[in-house]
Order: sequence, then structure tokens, then C-alpha cells
Amino acid sequence: MRFPVLGLAIRSALNRRVTAALTMLAVALSVALFLGVEKIRAGAKASFESTISGTDLIVGARSGPVNLLLYSVFRLGDPTANISWESYQLIARQPGVAWTVPLSLGDSHQGYRVMGTDAGYFEHYRYGRRQPLEFAQGHAFEDVFEAVLGAEAARALGYSLGDEITVAHGLGRVSFAEHRENPFTVVGILRPTGTPVDRTVHVPLEGIEAIHIGWETGARSPLAGTLSEEEIRARDLTPDQITAFLIGLDSPVAALRLQRSINTYPGEALSAIMPGVALAQLWSVIGVAERTLIAVSAFVVLVGLTTVLISILTSLNERRREMAILRSLGARPWHIFALLVAEAAFLAFIGALAGAALVYGGLAAAAPLMQARFGVMLTGLGPGAFDLYVIGGVTLAAALMGLGPAWQAFRNSLADGLSIRL
Amino acid sequence: MSAEPPAPAVVIRDLRFAWERGGPPLLDIPEFVVGAGERVFLRGPSGAGKSTLLGLIAGVLSPGSGSVSVLGRAVSDLGPARRDQVRADNIGVIFQLFNLLPYLSVLANVTLPCRFSAARAARAGDVEAEARRLLKRLGFSDPALLAAKAAELSVGQQQRVAAARALIGSPGLIIADEPTSALDADSRNAFISLLIEECEASGAALLFVSHDAGLSAHFDRAEDLTRLNRAERTGRAA
Repeated sequence: MRFPVLGLAIRSALNRRVTAALTMLAVALSVALFLGVEKIRAGAKASFESTISGTDLIVGARSGPVNLLLYSVFRLGDPTANISWESYQLIARQPGVAWTVPLSLGDSHQGYRVMGTDAGYFEHYRYGRRQPLEFAQGHAFEDVFEAVLGAEAARALGYSLGDEITVAHGLGRVSFAEHRENPFTVVGILRPTGTPVDRTVHVPLEGIEAIHIGWETGARSPLAGTLSEEEIRARDLTPDQITAFLIGLDSPVAALRLQRSINTYPGEALSAIMPGVALAQLWSVIGVAERTLIAVSAFVVLVGLTTVLISILTSLNERRREMAILRSLGARPWHIFALLVAEAAFLAFIGALAGAALVYGGLAAAAPLMQARFGVMLTGLGPGAFDLYVIGGVTLAAALMGLGPAWQAFRNSLADGLSIRL
Repeated sequence: MSAEPPAPAVVIRDLRFAWERGGPPLLDIPEFVVGAGERVFLRGPSGAGKSTLLGLIAGVLSPGSGSVSVLGRAVSDLGPARRDQVRADNIGVIFQLFNLLPYLSVLANVTLPCRFSAARAARAGDVEAEARRLLKRLGFSDPALLAAKAAELSVGQQQRVAAARALIGSPGLIIADEPTSALDADSRNAFISLLIEECEASGAALLFVSHDAGLSAHFDRAEDLTRLNRAERTGRAA
């Protein structure tokens, strides 16, 4: 079937190129905002969901599930309290527990969190689709004063194997209380994971204990920094407390039972959470803000589409002669109608395409910054089915909005005949 | 056995038309005929209803009563869609100034009617080649000029492109609505001669409308709308 007006609609719109360009720019910016918000939201969600897998339970001091998840896995916020080593040992020995990984947080190195753990962390921790941690260089720590760096921490701070780092009290980028007398040697650098692991400095639990000798009250005592490494190694460096621990079970079926058992543990106020459930709670908390943001950006798209309508409506009168000429050449009224609808759809389609391209370019440039600053590796930033739906939807919506001016032009063309009667 | 004589290009009988239902008629024409291949000059002062009459012949407007036939088709009895089809297939129109689409090239302007009429496209054959041929006869042989936008042409060039556009696909009737009003005397006479030559070549009838009675010598016959139109005579014209 021949469709004679589409090419005319495009050329007519391009003939008014300044107006057309501004209209398409408005649509492009609105679509870029909408797609950008959605892609960042979906990318961040995917990144969060891929941060931990294969862990059945996370146990920490009694707190909300979201809070425990955020500080233990995402290194966001602070733990409410610690849990005792005895409780950890007791739970680790429960039947059905395949492995446990202790986590000790609270110190930092140049703004990167330092996490005390054991070698089991590198063996059992999984992210994404149960992917294990892999070493880009070196190996897991074997000595008290050895450290393994996440990929981003090593890259940003310029560390390589054999470098020495000192750990500071607290989590700030600048600290006034550093354990300079007990440096750690970098023995391993992990491959990038796109998770907060990349921004973590991993040291042995015993190392955390060692650098805090003389700091038991939270402030430096005369004992701090007076012991040699040999004297430190000779001491019992088993921690009294840890921040949290991860549990892997022989069978996930046992998770609910063990969770209930831990949550009602009489010896200490503990919370056990399932990572997936806690994540779902997290999404429900931020879902309202998410939906609000999407609604706002959808309204911006509506504003962009309104500019298409305004652009066409304001051009109608000056184009009555064009319509009369087309009618004289044999164009039917529906051709005139279709011309206006096609023009609206064309402006919106090109605008939406440009908006999508803007998003791809912008996010490609912003993604490394996001990863460096927040440890969030945004995924799915390229073209996808959702983008096609948005571009199609915007084009369709513009075509529908074009029905109004098209009807007006249709009526004009019937009234004007072969000449213009203004 | 002799061939059937071709149907007249235009036959109007007892035509009455008013812009408002029940209002005073602008046109009240008992009879007006343009024979097949005939070249008729229709003059009348501004406001006499010339453009309205052309709209009725082209089937864009409908008469209040009476009949309008074009090349044997009673367009006044047809529905809007069929009238549009008859116009697209059989009528070429030349306007006054600015009657080309400024954003299209010369060639695209000329081939435009064939987009809306399969019959004209079929009669033209290779539409672009036919457009080039017509344009060449009308003085456009420079390829750069064929690709130029209509807005870049002089008034005289635009009129010749408009003529080529009206003639493409060999419509049986060419309607020219004051096409020379913006041309000087020499250009005007040259344009009319060229137009008549092309109509003769394609066998099309020509209905040429103007308020300038001095042009009538070029045509087979001249009619005065003020005499054809009883409404005008009785002082009921709009």
C-alpha cells in the first residue's frame, strides 16, 4: 500500500527546522531523564542484588534486617553493636551449618572500609550468579599483618603487591588515629566484582585484634604501639567480638529454622536475616521514592510531548496554503489528517531516539564515576527492550496528541477548498 | 464504426451554491460547458466567485443544487472520497503565487500528484522521467535546477514548475486560477503560449480564470462569469 504523506510530513517538519529541532530537543531531554532514572534505578537494583549470593543467613547484633544487610554486605551505615565470639562459635557449630565467615568492621584506610575476616571469606563468598572471588594478583592473607585489596581500592590508591598500608580508626576519609606502628602488607588484589568488595580492604580478624592492642577503651593507652610484631604474634589474637557473620547451610531448607533459633537465642540479642528477604524489604522501603521519581520523570515526558502539540498547533494557520495545495493535487482529507499525525509522531520518534542516545552516552561516561564513588557497578546501560517500549510509547503518545491539530487541519482543508479563506 | 466522441471536460447545469445553508447564493449558473480539449478563458472581477466555481468543478466543494460533471463523471453526485479521486486522477490545478511546496525540490513538486493518483502515475509511466521531460519542454534542463528547492526559484520559474505539475500524468482538465497575475506582460504571454501548447500536446482541456480580459485572445473561447452567474446579475453575490 502506498503511503504518500510520511515523506511529506518529514520534509515539512524539517522545513521548519528551528522549531522542529527545539521540539525534538524538548522530547529528547524528557526521554533522557525518564530513561536515565529508570536505567540508574534498574542498574543499581541489579548491582545490589548481585552483591551477595550463596549466603543463606547473615547474623549481627539485634537490629532491623535492612540495617544489618546494609552495613554487613554493602558497607553502608554503621553497625548498632557487636556480637560475642562465643555466640559466633556456638552458632557455627550448629548442625546443618556448612560454613561461616566472620566480619569485623569499624576501621578504614583512606576512606575505604577495612574489614576483618578469615580466609574462608575468599573461599565461600559469592556474588552475582554464585561467582567466587578471584585474585587478579597474589593470594589470600596468611599472616596477621597481610591485606587483600578490592580492585577499586587498589586501582584508586595505586597499590600493588608488597606495598604497606596503615589502618585508621573510624570510617572517615581523614582520621587522626592511625595504627601507624602496625602496617599491613598487600599480598593480594581481587578481580573487579562490581560490588562493595571492590572498595574493601580485607585483613585477618587477628590483624584487627592486633592493631587494637592498647586501644581496648577506644582511646590510645600507653601499651599501644609498644609491642613488637613477634610479641603481638605470641599473644592470643582471638577476637572477643565481631560485627557480623555470614552463614552457608548444607541445605537452604534449614534456613528458616536456624533463623528462628538465632533470633530467639537467649545468650545474646541477635538478628539473623536472609539476604534476599532483606533486599526485598529494602526495595519496598525505597519503592515509594522510586515510584515518585519515575512519576515525576513521566510528567516531564508529558511536558516534552506537549511541546510537540504546541509546535504543530502554532504552525497550523501558516500551513493552510500547504494543505490547500495538497488538496488540489489530489490529497484526501485523511491525507491531511495523516500528515499532521505523522509529523507529531516523527518529531517525537527522533526526539526519543536522541534522548535514548543521550542516556547511553551520559551513563557510559558516568558509570565509572558511580563505581569509583559508590562501588555500584551499573549494568544494563545499553539499548534494551524497555527503551524500545519507551521510544514506541512516546511516538504513539505523540501521534495521539497529534489527533487534535490533525482534526483542526482536516476541518480547515474542507473549509478552505482550493484556496485559503482566512 | 466511428469512435465515441470524448466527453466534455466540464458540464455545469442549474448550479446554485451558497456558503451558508439558506443564505443568498454566490453562484447561480444555468449552464456552463468546456468541451474536451477546449481552451476556455473565464474572466470575472475579484469576489465574483471564480475560485469558488473552480472548487465546485474540482469537487472540493459541493453545490447546493444542480450538477457538475467532469470528463463525463457527475462529481456533484459522488461522495467526498470519490470526488477526491476524480480530482486526483483527472484535474491538474495551477494556482496564483506560492503554489509550490517550498520544502520540496522542483522534481519532487512536479511528481507530487502521482503520489496521490495511481491513474496519473500509470499514465505518466516512469514518473520521474516524465517530470524531467515536461520540465525540459518548459525550459528546465539544468540538473542543478531540478534539485533546487522551489523556494529558491524566481516567480516565472515557479509558474512553469506549477504548469509541469498540473500536466504530469495527462489529466483531462487543467484548471488555472489567475496563474499570471504576478508576471510582467512578456512573461505572461510566453507562459500562456507554453501552457496552451502543452495542453494541446496532451489533449487536455484548459479552464483559465483571470480578471484580466486582455488575455482572452489566447483562448478558443472567453466567458464572463458575471454574465454566466445569475446571482451576480441580481446583486446577490457575496
